[in-house]
Amino acid sequence: MDVSASFSLSKKVDDDRVVGEEQELHVLAVDDNLIDRKIVEKLLKNFSCKVTTAENGLRALEYLGLRDDQQNTLNCNIGSKVNMIITDYCMPGMTGYELLKKIKESSMLKEVPVVIMSSENIPTRINKCLEEGAQMFMLKPLKQSDVKKLRGQLMKCGS
Amino acid sequence: MEVGQLQRRFLEYTASLFNQGLLDGQFQQLQQLQDESNPDFVVEVVSLFFEDSEKLLHDLTIAIGQQTVDFKKVDAYVHQFKGSSSSIGAQRVRNACIAIRSFCEEQNVEACMRCLLQLKQEYSLVKDKLQDLFRLEQQIVEAGGAVPMLE
Repeated sequence: MDVSASFSLSKKVDDDRVVGEEQELHVLAVDDNLIDRKIVEKLLKNFSCKVTTAENGLRALEYLGLRDDQQNTLNCNIGSKVNMIITDYCMPGMTGYELLKKIKESSMLKEVPVVIMSSENIPTRINKCLEEGAQMFMLKPLKQSDVKKLRGQLMKCGS
Repeated sequence: MEVGQLQRRFLEYTASLFNQGLLDGQFQQLQQLQDESNPDFVVEVVSLFFEDSEKLLHDLTIAIGQQTVDFKKVDAYVHQFKGSSSSIGAQRVRNACIAIRSFCEEQNVEACMRCLLQLKQEYSLVKDKLQDLFRLEQQIVEAGGAVPMLE
């Protein structure tokens, strides 16, 4: 395995952020469907991302340190390590849209790009998400070309 | 059987599944995701799909068999099934789900039951075919060959 390739493999310890040929980006992927979670994770890993998955909005907020009772604790630092959040729209409890709103309401995380995924192509739904500040809306099932496009966009945003 | 023959058989079998519409491009996406760091990726994802599907079919059968059918519940199950079948490229299963959903909207129990039967048949078919496919893959690997990909 040559050295330059090792920079883009996501086999790093949590805090390790390597600035090499490809900067490792940390993505939080939220989806209630186990199969979709597994696929999205592999898609992102194949594009040199470090991936954390969450099975619902609440767990995602917990990870980001945004849960109501976490606001004023030291957990607040964890959220800032995430470069992008990609979430399914249709989830029980909290929808991807509601999760998006909570993230955009947070002073700490509002700059983090949020991508919404959905299996349904509903223009009003798409517009609603974009208006609320979603970076992109993607139709499921996701393909490699979708993630490539996403990665390209992320690089432009900076980390 | 020697490796070359096994590989040819595998490719022909895979092609037939696409030609019959049992699988679509999304399955190829999964195959392309598989690599040395995750050599069993496709089998793992498809196994999860089988587990998930069996549970959903069970729950759907109960829900549609109720005295008073809760169509919202049925729709929710079908939505999930549609999603996962779509994610692995099980095209005909996905289409069967779409059919059920439209009858849910109409609140047509009879039609839903008919479609559920169809869904079960499609699922059973794709499951058998995929298991055959994985067996063929296994044979190639055991014979020391590499599993080819359909272009």
